Amino acid sequence: MIEADLVVIGAGPAGMSAARQAVEAGLSVVLLDEQKRAGGQIYRNVAHVSPARADILGPDVTRGGQLVAAIQHPRITHIAGASVWQIEGGTRVAYCVNGVAAVASGKRLLIATGAIERPMPVPGWTLPGVMNAGAAQILVKQSGMVLENAVLAGCGPLLYLVAAQMCRAGSPPLALVETQSTADLLSALRHWPGALRGWRHLVKGLGLLAEIRKAGVKRYSGASAIAVDGADHAEAIRFTVRGRQHCLSCETVLLHHGVVPNTQTARSIGVPHEWQARQRAFVPTRDEWGRSPQNGVFIAGDGAGIGGALAAELAGAISALQIAGDLDALTPAQRDAAARPLRRALRGELALRPFLDRAYPPYQGALSPADETVVCRCEEVTAGEIRKFAKLGCLGPNQAKAFGRQGMGPCQGRYCGLTVTELLAAENGQSPDVTGYYRIRPPIKPVTLGELASMPATGWQPNGKQENDREN
Amino acid sequence: MKRDLAVRRLDEPGRPVVVRLDGRDLELCDGGNLAAELLAAGIEPFRRTPVSGAPRNPFCMMGACFDCLVEIDGVTRQACMTEVAAGMTISRPGAVSETKND
Ligand SMILES: Cc1cc2nc3c(=O)[nH]c(=O)nc-3n(C[C@H](O)[C@@H](O)[C@H](O)COP(=O)(O)OP(=O)(O)OC[C@H]3O[C@@H](n4cnc5c(N)ncnc54)[C@H](O)[C@@H]3O)c2cc1C
Ligand code: FES
Repeated sequence: MIEADLVVIGAGPAGMSAARQAVEAGLSVVLLDEQKRAGGQIYRNVAHVSPARADILGPDVTRGGQLVAAIQHPRITHIAGASVWQIEGGTRVAYCVNGVAAVASGKRLLIATGAIERPMPVPGWTLPGVMNAGAAQILVKQSGMVLENAVLAGCGPLLYLVAAQMCRAGSPPLALVETQSTADLLSALRHWPGALRGWRHLVKGLGLLAEIRKAGVKRYSGASAIAVDGADHAEAIRFTVRGRQHCLSCETVLLHHGVVPNTQTARSIGVPHEWQARQRAFVPTRDEWGRSPQNGVFIAGDGAGIGGALAAELAGAISALQIAGDLDALTPAQRDAAARPLRRALRGELALRPFLDRAYPPYQGALSPADETVVCRCEEVTAGEIRKFAKLGCLGPNQAKAFGRQGMGPCQGRYCGLTVTELLAAENGQSPDVTGYYRIRPPIKPVTLGELASMPATGWQPNGKQENDREN
Repeated sequence: MKRDLAVRRLDEPGRPVVVRLDGRDLELCDGGNLAAELLAAGIEPFRRTPVSGAPRNPFCMMGACFDCLVEIDGVTRQACMTEVAAGMTISRPGAVSETKND
């Protein structure tokens, strides 16, 4: 068992900056990430990208490189390739690395597990050839591979970023099928003052759009009725714009309509979550330092609510300051003085969000999919079946498991949870908060019997019952 | 089982090593991400679902969707979270013999 003052799960911007801030206050840190290299999603593989790939990825690479360099510190033990599958007793973390299970124990725990792309169930989204747009970007960052002749469908800043990166790589997408409408943009305009405070991001966004235009990529906006056709592989994407039907043949369709907090880890230890209407997602309950109601557990970064990479970095550092305060490495005055400029910068970073959330709302056709659309990819349960469960009296996602197998497959509901909550909420006329979310039980990552057998004797109870279990 | 997927490499491919895929030899780049290398090799599908036999390929590439599950040396693993190593034996659950594709 490895011990430290602070155990951090996730070596993205939030986790890396927290680790650095903590060691600067004199603490020791164990930093766990299932990826082989530090960086998280935005800075994935950043220390190893070739110069050609760095040009494609853009200026973020520089910031990521600095963060990765900053965690090279004698008091930071970064364990790469470590998938965390269970947390017990608040801050004892079980993980597997190279087929061997081990435990890291901290006085405090920071969960910085980031975001996942919002599930976008449209007909045909399970076909080979259909991927998340972020998956295409991961291919570039991690493997130096670009997908050619793709159609990107959905909305949001990340969709434009991926499209622009593909243009830079010399393989512009065939088309962008965008779901936001002019009405969305108009309703976003009342958040214009905030947007202006985030002007740097706006300018960057306009630059991406200019690159996409220059590459001659066809853009459709206000698209609805999106569906992917194909027998064993994507063959075409169909959609409607202003009453007119379109059909583009293509073998690669990349979906994206925003990112949502990856709440799996926090939920597995019973951290309560609440519905955030503006971001249409659940966020964990936490105070201004990122402290959750669970003893000793903090949550920072996009996993606590979507704010983007720079906000994640600031939030990670703010949590680390409070953790250092808790462990008497900083006085309250030192902690507050250090946190003040970070909080100011964080407010600035978040100023653009309300504008973005309004201008690029999630695609309605995927929030409330047509009856025949598969919503649970693992167990192939359709939206119509979920609606039927509601009619049979089913109020929440856990109760729904008695009717169908949605959420019980290997992804543990990561790509159907929000859809099932929204469907049941709409059908029953109840709020998502009342409807609730799947109860998440460890192991949150697959662990084999062989790996369990390799676990050193620590009095560990795998799969122990967690507190705060709640039926809904 | 093979298709010309539109995957283009931006860098020189790494050193090739031989792995076994469904009883046949296949060359992939040493240390590369297994899901990416199989995609670049045009391998499809990665598996078929136990429920309906529908074909599946990687969807998220970040360890969250589990659509890239393959059997590696007898253990079911996520290809997108695995690195290619010489001699690894890979089989695709439900994807080969009983499908109309092969
Ligand atoms: C696919 C994808 C691509 C993105 N690309 C960009 C981009 O190019 N530009 C941009 O501005 N924003 C991007 N984002 C948005 C992203 O959320 C950033 O805002 C930023 O990466 C958030 O930082 P973070 O530190 O909160 O989390 P992340 O950077 O997501 O880091 C979280 C880390 O936690 C690790 N982790 C999660 N669960 C476990 C576990 N159980 N065990 C061990 N480790 C675990 C993950 O491997 C990951 O490295 C992307 C998001 C996604 C989902
Ligand atoms: S592609 Fe989603 S888990 Fe591997």
